[in-house]
Amino acid sequence: MEIGHHISQRYNQELEDIRTRVLKMGALVESQAEEAVKALLERDGKLAKKVASSDYKINRLEVEIDEECTQVIARRQPAASDLRLVIAVVKVITDLERIGDEAEKIATYSIKLAKKPPISAMHSTLLHLSELVLSMLHDALDSFARMDTDKALEVISRGSNINREFDDLSRLLITYMMEDSHNIKRALRVIWCARSLERIGEHSRNICEYVIFLVKGKDIRHTDLQEILAEHFPDDDSD
Amino acid sequence: MSDVLPTLPGLSATGDNADTQPLPVETRDEFDVEISGTVGKPFVDNPKMASRNCNVYYGDKQAIFDVNLDIGKNEIIAMIGPSGCGKSTYLRVLNRMNDTIPGCRVSGEHTLDGEDIYSPDQDPVLLRARVGMVFQKPNPFPKSIYDNVAYGPRLHGLARSRTELDEIVEKSLMRAGLFKEVKDDLQKPGTGLSGGQQQRLCIARAIAVDPEVILMDEPTSALDPIATATIEELMDELKSRYTIAIVTHSMQQAARVSQRTAYFHLGKLVEVNPTDQVFTNPEHKLTENYITGRFG
Repeated sequence: MEIGHHISQRYNQELEDIRTRVLKMGALVESQAEEAVKALLERDGKLAKKVASSDYKINRLEVEIDEECTQVIARRQPAASDLRLVIAVVKVITDLERIGDEAEKIATYSIKLAKKPPISAMHSTLLHLSELVLSMLHDALDSFARMDTDKALEVISRGSNINREFDDLSRLLITYMMEDSHNIKRALRVIWCARSLERIGEHSRNICEYVIFLVKGKDIRHTDLQEILAEHFPDDDSD
Repeated sequence: MSDVLPTLPGLSATGDNADTQPLPVETRDEFDVEISGTVGKPFVDNPKMASRNCNVYYGDKQAIFDVNLDIGKNEIIAMIGPSGCGKSTYLRVLNRMNDTIPGCRVSGEHTLDGEDIYSPDQDPVLLRARVGMVFQKPNPFPKSIYDNVAYGPRLHGLARSRTELDEIVEKSLMRAGLFKEVKDDLQKPGTGLSGGQQQRLCIARAIAVDPEVILMDEPTSALDPIATATIEELMDELKSRYTIAIVTHSMQQAARVSQRTAYFHLGKLVEVNPTDQVFTNPEHKLTENYITGRFG
């Protein structure tokens, strides 16, 4: 999988520029997500406000990259791996933008949560969930940057851990709400944050699916992990 | 069928010279990828035409190496590849057009409906009536539109009366999508038509003898996009009745019109696959390089 080596140097530049911008957007989204989580866990209202007011940068990049991809399609009629790159980018940035939105939501709830006393019982579960999700996002972006399908597949396989953590946290919060109805408002905000984290994990998974599409030319969406392994990674069975 | 034979300037201009000249050496070195056999699906069930172990030489120079390919019934197969890759040479193997080129030698087995087209019993003129050809430059005869289309049927004695000939001419022009535009001008010279109309006249002339296969050698490269679109639309209609093999330099055209695409490189058939696959996920690195514009 390579981007360069076109006869047209300008075409190389255009594709490379798109890729660089996606990586930039990914870095921005990742830092937004990290800071939103930090603001949530450390009850840092100021940081939360900063995150909530920075989402526009991500949105702007999404629009710009979309426009560049449209231009490349119109002017270059990309084919084969170039076409897959452009299509994958258009999809990746949609998921990145949504991750940005989820980070913004977490930040908005965190502003309110920071003003109330913490729910100490769920702190470690929430911490664990965030770590899982953030590492999933990080590795998804990494697999895109390196076009590494093995890593992408590994990230996809982590999705079930996140569901498990999310369910654990939900149970904790339900118990907490049942103990005292005054807790409901706070507990709901936490659960919405957890929900946003879960969505970030899901979007990261999507990004990995596009990486596999981009490199292998196979669409593996809505396919069972075992099927994907058997069909597209037959070499991995032996080890 | 001499009406589509290369007594016309189109052939020598696009013909053997281009095919025998090797690519510049630096181009070869840069993309030195081993070609060992053809990848993909070169064979189909019940092929209309088939070639096995096709080798073509121009004198000492070998232009085509061991090509094995089937052309399916009622399909449009596109042949793409850089200049000098042998795609036009291969196309001309299919109706023995290379017979007319001095020093050109064709080996291997080539069949049309299972019959050997290179057998001594085969009359090449009759073969070319069954396997017609359309060239890059529209090459109508300096005759009337009517006589251009009627030439082949007259030569082969396909019409018993004037009325029958009229019918053949009208039907052929109709199928070539030209009849409406010229029906009041049938006695005017064919050379007076626009480029796109001339090319459709040539297609009408090719189909007037009711061929089974139509070979097209860059049929739209001299036409503007509108005329090109008309020809492509026509090809789509023709495929229900005929089998079409088209050589094209426009990859977008190959992608638009064909069901299967064959990629030739330095005289070898590198890859044959469904067009859907070739333009999104080609199997061979060389195909990928070519269609993404990665070599010259």
